[in-house]
Amino acid sequence: MSVDVNQQIAELQAKVEALPAGKKNKLSMIVFSGDLDKMLAAMIIATGAGAMGMEVVLFFTFWGTAALRDPAKDAGGKDLMSTMFGWMLPKGRNKLALSQMHMAGMGTAMLKDLMKKKNTASLDQLFEVAAMLGVKIKVCEMSMDLMGFSRAELIDYPGMEYCGVATFLADANESSVQLFL
Amino acid sequence: MSEYTVAKVLDLKGLPCPMPVVKLSQEIGSVAVGEIIEVLTTDPGSLSDFPAWASTTGHQVLGSEQGSPIKIFVKRCK
Repeated sequence: MSVDVNQQIAELQAKVEALPAGKKNKLSMIVFSGDLDKMLAAMIIATGAGAMGMEVVLFFTFWGTAALRDPAKDAGGKDLMSTMFGWMLPKGRNKLALSQMHMAGMGTAMLKDLMKKKNTASLDQLFEVAAMLGVKIKVCEMSMDLMGFSRAELIDYPGMEYCGVATFLADANESSVQLFL
Repeated sequence: MSEYTVAKVLDLKGLPCPMPVVKLSQEIGSVAVGEIIEVLTTDPGSLSDFPAWASTTGHQVLGSEQGSPIKIFVKRCK
C-alpha cells in the first residue's frame, strides 16, 4: 500500500485553512433592561470578564439606554413625545429602580443602603472600572431614536459607539460568550 | 508562616465580587513572571473565582489558607 504522505499533508493543510475562524475569548452582552438589579448584574459580569482578560462589548438597547443618560446634560429641541419619554424614563444609572421590591422607591433605597454597608461596588464604580478595563459600550441607534434620546445627553464614556443589530451580530458571532440581560 | 516566597501582599479585605478579580488582574503585572502574590480577602467566593480567573488568564493559583482573612497565593506565569 503506497501512501503519498506529502499529498495527505497538503490536503489536510487545505482543510485546516478552510475552517472558519475560532471563537475569540470575548463576551458580547445585550443590556436590554433598565432595572437597577439587572444593570448591576450586567456590569459585574462585564467587569469580571474584563478582569479575566476577555474582550468585552456591551450593547445597550431599549430600556437599557436610559442608564447611559447623563443627569448633568440636557438636550433641547425635542418634540412632545420625546420630551414626555424623557420625563418618564430614569435620567441616568443612579435613577434606576429595582425590577422587584421597588416599593415606591423604598426597596431601591434600602438596597442601595445595604450595598454601601456591605461595600458592594456601585454602578458609578462599576462603569469607572469597566472604562479602565477597556469594556466597550455600543448603543442601539434605533432605541435612542425611539426613546427620543440624543447623543448630547449621554454620559462621556471612552470610545462609546452607536450601531445597529448587524454590529451586535458580528461581535456575537466571534464571541465565546453571548448574554442577554 | 506560609510555605511560599511572596513578592507582594495584596490586601483586598472587605471587597466583594467582582472587585477581587478586578484588582488582581490589575496587580498581577506588578510582580515579575514567576513571582507570587499573596492575596488577603474576606470574600469566600474568591476561593473558586481565583482558580477560574487563573485558568482563563494563564496564571496559577498555588494554594489557599482558610481563615480570617482568607489567603490565596497566585503565581504570575506569563
